[in-house]
Amino acid sequence: MSTARETGGATPGDATATEGRTIYRRPLLLSNPTSYCPGCGHGIVHRLVAEVLEEMDLGGETILVGSVGCSVFAYDYLRLDSVESPHGRAAAVATGVKRVRPDRIVFTYQGDGDLAAIGTAEIVHAAARGERFTTIFVNNGIYGMTGGQMAPTTLAGQRTTSSPLGRDTATTGYPLPVTEMLSLLPGVAYAARVSVADPGLVGRAKAAIRRAFEVQQDGHGFGIVEVLSTCPVGWGMTPSAAMEWLRTEVMAVYPVGTYVDRAKGIAVTMPAPAVKPSKTAEA
Amino acid sequence: MAALASPGADARPRAIASPPGTGGEASPVPDRVLMKGNEAIAEAAIAAGCDAYFGYPITPQAELLEWMARRMPEEGRAFVQAESELAAINMALGASAAGARVLVSSSSPGISLMAEAMSYMAGSRLPVVLVNVMRGGPGLGSIGASQGDYLQAVKGHGHGDYRVPVLAPSSIAEAIDLVGDAFVLAERYRTPVILLADGILAQAMEPVKPDFRAVERTHPGWVLDGADGREPRVIKSLALRPEDLERHNLTLQATYAEITAREQRWAGESLDGADVVLVAYGTAARIARTAVERARGAGLQAGLFRPITLWPFPAEALRDAARGACAVLAVEMSAGQLVEDVRLAIEGAVPVFHHGRMGGMVPTPDEVVDAMRRAWSTSEGCAS
Repeated sequence: MSTARETGGATPGDATATEGRTIYRRPLLLSNPTSYCPGCGHGIVHRLVAEVLEEMDLGGETILVGSVGCSVFAYDYLRLDSVESPHGRAAAVATGVKRVRPDRIVFTYQGDGDLAAIGTAEIVHAAARGERFTTIFVNNGIYGMTGGQMAPTTLAGQRTTSSPLGRDTATTGYPLPVTEMLSLLPGVAYAARVSVADPGLVGRAKAAIRRAFEVQQDGHGFGIVEVLSTCPVGWGMTPSAAMEWLRTEVMAVYPVGTYVDRAKGIAVTMPAPAVKPSKTAEA
Repeated sequence: MAALASPGADARPRAIASPPGTGGEASPVPDRVLMKGNEAIAEAAIAAGCDAYFGYPITPQAELLEWMARRMPEEGRAFVQAESELAAINMALGASAAGARVLVSSSSPGISLMAEAMSYMAGSRLPVVLVNVMRGGPGLGSIGASQGDYLQAVKGHGHGDYRVPVLAPSSIAEAIDLVGDAFVLAERYRTPVILLADGILAQAMEPVKPDFRAVERTHPGWVLDGADGREPRVIKSLALRPEDLERHNLTLQATYAEITAREQRWAGESLDGADVVLVAYGTAARIARTAVERARGAGLQAGLFRPITLWPFPAEALRDAARGACAVLAVEMSAGQLVEDVRLAIEGAVPVFHHGRMGGMVPTPDEVVDAMRRAWSTSEGCAS
């Protein structure tokens, strides 16, 4: 499990140059192979968080606040002090941790069922209070762990196991733009939406995660990075088709970019909602 | 650790500011001050070394929140008025995991909202002290004093197989003592602890000694402060494999068995030669005490058994106390909840009766005396 930590080198299977120079290795803060489905974005996001914390040398002073959903086992993969939260309550738990350990780095790792449905009150008020922790919000538009049900973030017309004919906006409303909503709050010091749909976007996602932790270090206020991600199994697609659908359909509804970085004078107010019924997910 | 290691953290206040007009402000350390129950509980928690308080306004416990809103920042400690009781208890979960000594308070409807996180904290073995200032129910009910949450408190509160120690003060002075004891129990056994009060105890003012107790700080090896130089720690209640979860439950049950063996508390009054033994806690015990005096004045040999720990219930002590009696009468401000534990303890050895009022109504001593007479005349053992 801790081969990389002990040797400081590559784990088996990593690509290395002929002179033994390490080109690519598992981050020290990322331990086991994960149990996520093929093509799931959580593995990428876990790695980005691990890389950022390792590069910033914060692993020994960071506390992860977990959530409930597919990423419930994040504490098994990220080698960090961690506490479990009841479903949706991670932002309240993180508030408690950070208030008594203001000198530690605290972040929540939450999916969209956890944060954008059952946990909306907690995330809104933590942001409104300007709590000085970071939220990594992984939005794949579906409840993955329970079998692919509709989430508040599900696209209009998207088929899920609880919207079998496609999400009907007349009865179930529209996708919830969490980052735009939170961007209105003065307590939010940093808010960005990123995507893992291609390598370039992954690079920008990592930069946003890094910036969010820097903002927490500076004590500016609440920070959130919404990471648009995939759920091939829940979406009924192959991993590559899911990535393509993420890049086209999902990103058309959820624009990526930096919404708030108050220390840099960036504060975008909420845009008018683009009410474009998107295509039904083709199985 | 800034909040936990603030400079004033060890200099606990020995004297507290009295409410204006009570005379307490004349001397810096008066013998007695008049304090409202809510405020006394709050100040006792601060003296005990409470690092963090999380709450939400609800009558009749709002003064506890208000007291903490002023005093905790004065002490350099954490205070958050949460957006809901759900959030308050989850903030407590986080602060407790990070090693803080935490107090949360609410009243009945808010306590129901906290059931989920209480179960998580029990499962995660996280200490916290939760004050329930009981009010009338069910539902929104009333803001009057009640004891309708007895079963909720002693039988588990949330989901899953767990118990929490429940301490029931019957005076404000006793509430102050029990706040310190609650923190000791919570940390000794790594468990939530409930301090079960009611609207009368919380709203009344009584003279108390302003000499509150500090509770020694332990440095447990399980808290989260960053895994610098050691293996990461995970605080959780999840164990997906049934054999793992059963093993975890057996650990919890062993803890509960130890608490049951070691931590039962009760008080007895006028029990020698008592024909009728009253069983009551909290405010109802105050009324029962007056009823016992009146009954004895009228020639009826009555005594009072007062459980202080409602869980673990002092069953054996009650059985002993009732050994020579011909009737046992549970008096409570509910439809009959405590009486269930009384019956389990008595195991049919003596007839058990119940007298209760609900909805914020409080039994009068005279109606309790009447209930005693009915019990005495109904019970065959008494009439013979």
